[in-house]
Amino acid sequence: MPAKALLAPPIPRRARPERSYERVEGWGMAVGSDGVVLRPRDVDEVRACFEQARREGKSLGLRGSGCSYGDASCNQLGHTLDLSRMNRLLSFDPASGVAQAEGGFTIEQLWKHVLPHGWWPKVVSGTMFPTLAGAAAMNIHGKNNYAVGTLGDAISEFDLLAPSGELYTCTRERNADLFHAAIGGFGMLGVITRVVLGTKRVHSGDLEVRAFASRNLREMMEYFESHKANSDYLVGWIDCFGRGEELGRGLIHDARYLDEGEDPHPEQTLRLGHQELPLTILGFPKSEVWKILRYFSNDLGMRAINTAKYWSGRLEAMGEPHRQSHAAFAFLLDYVPGWKLAYGRGGLIQYQSFLPNATAHAAYEQMMRWNHERGFVPYLGVFKRHRPDPFWLTHAVDGWSFAMDFKVTASRRADLWRHCSELTRIVLEAGGKFYFAKDLVIAPRDVQSMFPADRLAAFSALKQRLDPGALLQTDLWRRLFEPCS
Amino acid sequence: MSHDPAPAALPSGPVRLAGVGLDERRAIVVGASSGMGAALVRQLAGEGYRVAALARRKPELDALAAACAPACAATGGAVISAVHDAANLAEVPALFERLVRELGGLDLFVYAAGVMPKIGKEQYDTALDREILAVNLDGAIAWGNECANYMRTRRRGTIVGISSIAGDRGRKGNPVYCTSKAALNTYLEALRNRLSESGVHVCTIKPGYVDTRMTQGLDKLFWLISAEEAARQILAAARNRVNTRYVPLRWQAVGTVLKLVPSFLFRRASI
Repeated sequence: MPAKALLAPPIPRRARPERSYERVEGWGMAVGSDGVVLRPRDVDEVRACFEQARREGKSLGLRGSGCSYGDASCNQLGHTLDLSRMNRLLSFDPASGVAQAEGGFTIEQLWKHVLPHGWWPKVVSGTMFPTLAGAAAMNIHGKNNYAVGTLGDAISEFDLLAPSGELYTCTRERNADLFHAAIGGFGMLGVITRVVLGTKRVHSGDLEVRAFASRNLREMMEYFESHKANSDYLVGWIDCFGRGEELGRGLIHDARYLDEGEDPHPEQTLRLGHQELPLTILGFPKSEVWKILRYFSNDLGMRAINTAKYWSGRLEAMGEPHRQSHAAFAFLLDYVPGWKLAYGRGGLIQYQSFLPNATAHAAYEQMMRWNHERGFVPYLGVFKRHRPDPFWLTHAVDGWSFAMDFKVTASRRADLWRHCSELTRIVLEAGGKFYFAKDLVIAPRDVQSMFPADRLAAFSALKQRLDPGALLQTDLWRRLFEPCS
Repeated sequence: MSHDPAPAALPSGPVRLAGVGLDERRAIVVGASSGMGAALVRQLAGEGYRVAALARRKPELDALAAACAPACAATGGAVISAVHDAANLAEVPALFERLVRELGGLDLFVYAAGVMPKIGKEQYDTALDREILAVNLDGAIAWGNECANYMRTRRRGTIVGISSIAGDRGRKGNPVYCTSKAALNTYLEALRNRLSESGVHVCTIKPGYVDTRMTQGLDKLFWLISAEEAARQILAAARNRVNTRYVPLRWQAVGTVLKLVPSFLFRRASI
């Protein structure tokens, strides 16, 4: 087969307009504004977009698939540069598993291309839709962060197009400062136009998954600690309605890759047809499920759903380990299309904090108690283990993260923000961090206590050097960084 | 490049919700200088809408804006007029962007532009036919595309297309007018189906005889209603998220019967 035919077909280039006026919002729908969206197809067109924005006196906010929950890809004072049309795979070597793609190439395109060759992306998020450039700019992680690090750790090289029009090729050795600052640099230094990353050899399209029910947070953390040496993926779900003895009760899904020979028919499980997510959920067509979920989008309904999930999970945990496809295990957030719409017009925020190992348990328990006291119980809680990485503005710590999804309503929005700022006090006192792909609530002073002052100064200096006119801006940048730049 | 200081985390909450609450009365009417379009602008302004009124003829737009001024003063509405030839597709994207910015958003779009030139019995005139298609169909598609993409990303909004009962059959009197309206019906139906998952509604209006410039000089008119009455019914249909509405409703019966008439009889009719 000629090499060209191996490449995943890009989304048709005219599928989206080159320039349009539309609503640009955070994935959680709690923030957004109308604006001009520009969609270049190659490096020269990105340069032309820079020029166009300058001509019109507008800043540019960089956006991939718009999967960041908060305001990381929103720019209410300027235009948006959407990279989703720049989505070609440039090369893939089935012998080494190294892929090279344009910035707008998505995780979905990547796994669908590499899996039939016996490879799986080293790091994927809970949704398959982010672009590689967006994922690199936010330095995303997966359920294996504690074992393999963040996406940045899987990237060996990328091209960064600075607002000056200059293209920098960055690796760990070449332009090393840019390499470590632009990964996790949330699109403030330039457009990531090309990414080279490695993938992992797999011997089956399935993982072996076991479930464990934990009666409280302590049990969950102990399970993680005792299994992280041997498990390839660990993810905890927390029923945030649990309290008292059951504060932080939940379920853990623990998965490992199959060794060579364990899957008697890898050629079948590696096929894309085997990786389909379920088409129905409890008998309902999955595209309709969010319309039903809508009626449960309140404390009472969500308490019922979380309780049902917890007890059905306890049943599942009594069973034997089972096999599940990579896609079905990895992309839980894609099971119910449009599920965020069930949150209603106010949308949702995800409050995800990262805490060092030593302080995490006490701080998270305190946060959950405050949630109950203030009447803001998250409808979804996800718990993960992390490890540090060398990127300048990384969120990753040697510790834990707890992501809490809060429903936003017009009437309680200000109260929710106040509640989150109280939680933020706990996090920062415990030496914690936040993640720009999720955040919508923290303040500039919180950023200053998350990172060493010299690192923030170095990042600002780099921004000043590459983007002296501050062409690249987002709502997040103005909310958190502009005051100190 | 200078920007306002970043809003602090707390106060930004309610402020950024603006546009989601009470401020949802912004409309664009294309083909607003006379007839149903003008009547729609008057009614929307009377309800406190901020309306962009578009048409080719500036004096009539000015007169419309002046006539709406007292109502606007009372309701807090506004009329923004813009000269636009519906056949000028190239200027639609930029004009759309400018108007939606000026209005502060867009909740309702009405395509009311349409021409029905008198066609002689033995007239076969391609240039004239292309003009009819440009105004009645191409303009609707150009505006429909902008509106669809914008409203889709906001997951709300209503698009109204003023079609005609003439689109139900191919009449010998004005072949391309019928063609344009039949195509418009199909386009609006497809857009409605396409946007249904996005929370955006598309409403097809099929007026019967309405007392407008278009029907002046036509004989054998019956069940004639005023443009004001038609506009009232159009807005009611749009608000009730009706898919296709004959205006007035009794034309539905006519439309249903007309669709059933066999060709060999239909061709003998004088319509």
